[in-house]
Amino acid sequence: MPKDSGIGASSKRREDIRFLTGTGQYTDDINVHGQAHVYFLRSDIAHGKINKIDTAAASAMPGVVRIFTGADFEGIGGLPCGWQVTDRFGEVMKEPAHPVLAQGKVRHVGDPICAVVADTLEQAKDAAEAIELDITELPAVVDMKKALAAGSAKVHDDLADNLCYDWGFVEDNRDAVDQAIKNAAHVTTLELVNNRLVANPMEPRVAVGDYNRANDESTLYTTSQNPHVIRLLMGAFVLGIPEHKLRVVAPDVGGGFGTKIFHYAEEAFCTFAARQINRAVKWTSSRSEAFMSDAHGRDHVTKIELALDADNNFTAVRTETYANMGAYLSTFASSVPTWLHGTLMAGNYKTPLIYVNVKAVFTNTVPVDAYRGAGRPEATFQLERVIDKAARELGVDPIALRRQNFITQFPYATPVALEYDTGDYEATMAKLEEIADLSGFEARRKASEAKGKLRGLGVNCYIEACGIAPSNLVGQLGARAGLYDAATVRVNATGSISVMVGAHSHGQGHETAFPQVVAEMLGIDESMIDIVHGDSSKIPFGMGTYGSRSIAVCGSAMVRATEKIINKAKKIASHLLEASEADIELKGGQFSVKGTDKSCAWGDVTLAAYVPHNYPLEDIEPGLEETAFYDPANFTYPSGAYACEVEVDPDTGKVTVERFSAADDFGNVINPMIVTGQVHGGIGQGIGQALLENCAYDENGQLLSASYMDYAMPRASDVPFYAVDHSCQTPCTHNPLGVKGCGEAGAIGSPPAVVNAVIDALQSGGHTHVTHIDMPVSPSRVWAAMNG
Amino acid sequence: MYNFDFEKPSTIADAVAALAADEAQALGGGQTLIPTLKQRLASPSKLVSLTGIAEMKGVCKNDDGSLSIGGATNHATVASEAAAAYPALAALAANIGDPAVRNRGTIGGSVANNDPAACYPSAVLASGATVVTNAREIAADDYFQGMFTTALDEGEIITSVRFPVPQAANYQKFEQPASRFAMVGVFVAKYADGVRVAVTGASEEGVFRWSEAEAALSANFSADAIDGLSVSADGMINDLHGSGAYRAHLVKVMTKRAVAAC
Amino acid sequence: MTKISMTVNGKSVSGEVEGRTLLVDFLRKDLRLTGTHVGCDTSQCGACTVHVDGVAVKSCTMLAAEADGANVATIEGQAAPDGTLNTIQAAFHEHHGLQCGFCTPGMVMAAADLLKNNPKPTEAEVRHHLEGNICRCTGYHNIVKAIMAASGQDVSRLAAE
Repeated sequence: MPKDSGIGASSKRREDIRFLTGTGQYTDDINVHGQAHVYFLRSDIAHGKINKIDTAAASAMPGVVRIFTGADFEGIGGLPCGWQVTDRFGEVMKEPAHPVLAQGKVRHVGDPICAVVADTLEQAKDAAEAIELDITELPAVVDMKKALAAGSAKVHDDLADNLCYDWGFVEDNRDAVDQAIKNAAHVTTLELVNNRLVANPMEPRVAVGDYNRANDESTLYTTSQNPHVIRLLMGAFVLGIPEHKLRVVAPDVGGGFGTKIFHYAEEAFCTFAARQINRAVKWTSSRSEAFMSDAHGRDHVTKIELALDADNNFTAVRTETYANMGAYLSTFASSVPTWLHGTLMAGNYKTPLIYVNVKAVFTNTVPVDAYRGAGRPEATFQLERVIDKAARELGVDPIALRRQNFITQFPYATPVALEYDTGDYEATMAKLEEIADLSGFEARRKASEAKGKLRGLGVNCYIEACGIAPSNLVGQLGARAGLYDAATVRVNATGSISVMVGAHSHGQGHETAFPQVVAEMLGIDESMIDIVHGDSSKIPFGMGTYGSRSIAVCGSAMVRATEKIINKAKKIASHLLEASEADIELKGGQFSVKGTDKSCAWGDVTLAAYVPHNYPLEDIEPGLEETAFYDPANFTYPSGAYACEVEVDPDTGKVTVERFSAADDFGNVINPMIVTGQVHGGIGQGIGQALLENCAYDENGQLLSASYMDYAMPRASDVPFYAVDHSCQTPCTHNPLGVKGCGEAGAIGSPPAVVNAVIDALQSGGHTHVTHIDMPVSPSRVWAAMNG
Repeated sequence: MYNFDFEKPSTIADAVAALAADEAQALGGGQTLIPTLKQRLASPSKLVSLTGIAEMKGVCKNDDGSLSIGGATNHATVASEAAAAYPALAALAANIGDPAVRNRGTIGGSVANNDPAACYPSAVLASGATVVTNAREIAADDYFQGMFTTALDEGEIITSVRFPVPQAANYQKFEQPASRFAMVGVFVAKYADGVRVAVTGASEEGVFRWSEAEAALSANFSADAIDGLSVSADGMINDLHGSGAYRAHLVKVMTKRAVAAC
Repeated sequence: MTKISMTVNGKSVSGEVEGRTLLVDFLRKDLRLTGTHVGCDTSQCGACTVHVDGVAVKSCTMLAAEADGANVATIEGQAAPDGTLNTIQAAFHEHHGLQCGFCTPGMVMAAADLLKNNPKPTEAEVRHHLEGNICRCTGYHNIVKAIMAASGQDVSRLAAE
């Protein structure tokens, strides 16, 4: 029987009510009395030298409060990068300055040059048109390999070249891997592109900076996945405002998908400008502006080689990847192609030798950073594509080849530094075969062929490292932050509870799922518990929500804090019940004395804590509020197996996803309904990457896909219903809930399944020369491949 | 957006008078014009809304069997009210943009704008329709003059479009994956005196008639009649979404499908 | 400035607007009805969908002055005065048809527009009708399911879950 409350129940989401009635409060819904509006005049060329900016005429325009340029930020910190990667020669990465407003040069289309603050947005735009810019256009650096060629123009004049770092992992394995590939019975090689994407949460970014001169406090309302991180980065590194004078609020946030992790120039600007003009300053991104100012995702160009012995056992993997950083290092850009990518190259397989080389490259494009999955989709895509290609070359069943090479013993230490604590890859594959009805595929293929369509089946596995992350480990790897999280459980006198969490919910349903855990632990009704998140003034601290970490890390902190609450409450109960603390049991919201009928209610204990008339004041303090910080001992390792069936129209090349099935192992699950929804959304984005989405630049660095007119977002008609299962559960061994995280799985696991299916369809139609098509597998690309 | 004055006359005469003002511009449903204004790519002094003019709205059958559609008639209305008289046209209207766009966008606005990827121009051209304005009647063959260019004079309003109803017709659209405008749209219309084939979305010159297909289909109205023909990639749009060669290929595929569906 | 009057969610309202004022800005800024959202500037995402005189329109692509005299319905007017969700809202809640909530008002208004004209839509009809409403969170599965459920159809066997 499904539970109807607590852990494992599909409790309906309480946050739905405000979103369904139009009463949510997103950042753009916030208006501060007297606020001014800012419009950013952005570069319309990819690369140029700023000779002169004349704002005199513009400053005199109606409504203009002040126009800021890069000169106003001289001596103020630039936007920091939160992860220092050390290259394979022991050198630290190149870390060029990232000014809030352009200084000296513009480096990508969209680079902000001037910020016009005016009474109204239209006045600011009018004035922006009157600014006289004298900028000498320079040759644009766009293609990564050309960027590294001798004589290339340089994005940053103070660097020797456009290379951010040349990373090798595990460097000591390099020769052994080379040797294994040389000695292999078979080597499959695949060159591929992991296409540049734009995260496109439906809510564009917004920032409102406010300042109170009376107490010297700044407040930033912003569309962020991690308000405390923004407070730390912006306060400490950019503007020099101490934390106690800086409040960052991220209210309802309309989706993030990674791109709202980062600290952006517009946030720093609005906070800075509000202090300068002593007036609130608001910025609301348009969608077109978002395309050239939100950090992009992916954009890897990779060559992967898979070596097999004569029995088709994987013996080595070698990869070489060019990773686009864009024009500046965004907050976590450097970590994505390295520690979030290279460490995943073992996948679900017991490949003994792995070497990953990544060259991170500066180009005159928008900065690239984490997007749903962040490094792990790039790893999964290349590995699962090359395995499929190998199976085809060897004439073996791709599922059987995977099975043969599965890791089966846990814990398992990979050759790329991770230790998988649990998993059961055979179980998810078997579950996939069942829910995807793989045995019925051939009949469906025949039915498609009868309609003149080519049908293909693509299967793949994935593993991801979530629950980011053990602070001491990531510190060794270059992280400039700890990656614990925090929660405060505040029990009120009447027994209701506010839980202040450092995680931030922007669609994940924390307000519903987190109380399920506390309710289960205390045996009280979920409705007595509320979650408070997104406001640095209300929450002790938090590292925010990304990397499928919320329940695994912040949820664990919440469990630890709740355990402290239980311990103290038991002390109070033992006093009220005049029994030994060791004999007190908490069950169903009642404290009872073991072996007796003596009991008192949750509310009796909480009231006693706040009205301590009959209370052990000599032993414990009044009140009932506890905080815990939780630092995970390891990553968590969700895994799964996905299957996609497509039809290809051979006349037009159009691919239609007919079926999509996902069997995941997320360990224990708090709210199955929410988990299923997370997987659905991830699959939708993965299908989008595989078939539709393409952030493209021309050779001059002009953004070709600069709006929804050219950037193809998945619509309802582009996807089918999905078959999703997460009944295979190997609980995480090192966190108290046994949870692994589910936010990114769908986006990580689905692109290879789609592309594998398209190749299978084309092969079945006799197009045997087609062994790979780069994403997005658009109709024109399929047609070109068929006719190539 | 730059600011502008707004006027909403209730008669064609008042609209014509309002449009005489310097830099005044007509506003149909605004589904193209308003996004253009948002980008500050146009700066009219005045927008004259045509949606309040009752005489420019609706679908009616004329005595000669032709179908007149008022210039301010939205796509949703055409989709329902033209369904009996000219099903292919109604089906085209029913698939422009999305439901909300169809409730605002008008035939007059679409035909006046002549976006190279819009659907309506192919129906107008393939039907040999007549564009009726406040001043004159313009044959479709004379009306479309290249991408975003038409025979309309400054201030001239499309009051209606008159479609001769074909014996058989069909429109096939292959959508550009992002905008969902036509990457290639082909409208085939069979009349007693011959077949007309108009192609939208594909050419840098905007909507055009594919005369080889018309000749072949006039002789033999079957999809097979297209087999031997080829479309040149020269002058076809070549962009992020597909090459000129791909679009040329799609012209043929969509034409065959339209004929087969007639 | 032009004076305009209209009925919004059953109440008469009026205001002074510039020619360029969009209906969505009049709703959000003048009337403080912030449930209607703006997610793009090319009329594609549909987060701004409202009903004007009974049909769905994108309020970011309609001038406020064009709605003078019209009857406008927004997400704020969909639930009963006592807060009871309407059938579509309740189905979205029941079937987890929303995550971040940003596209949701537009989805609900688009769904209402569909079901008014097509009380028992097929899956394909629902998907086709949502052409102009983009969701980034749900992969559309539960939105389509919720709309079909709101139409009174049995959705328990739509897909293995």
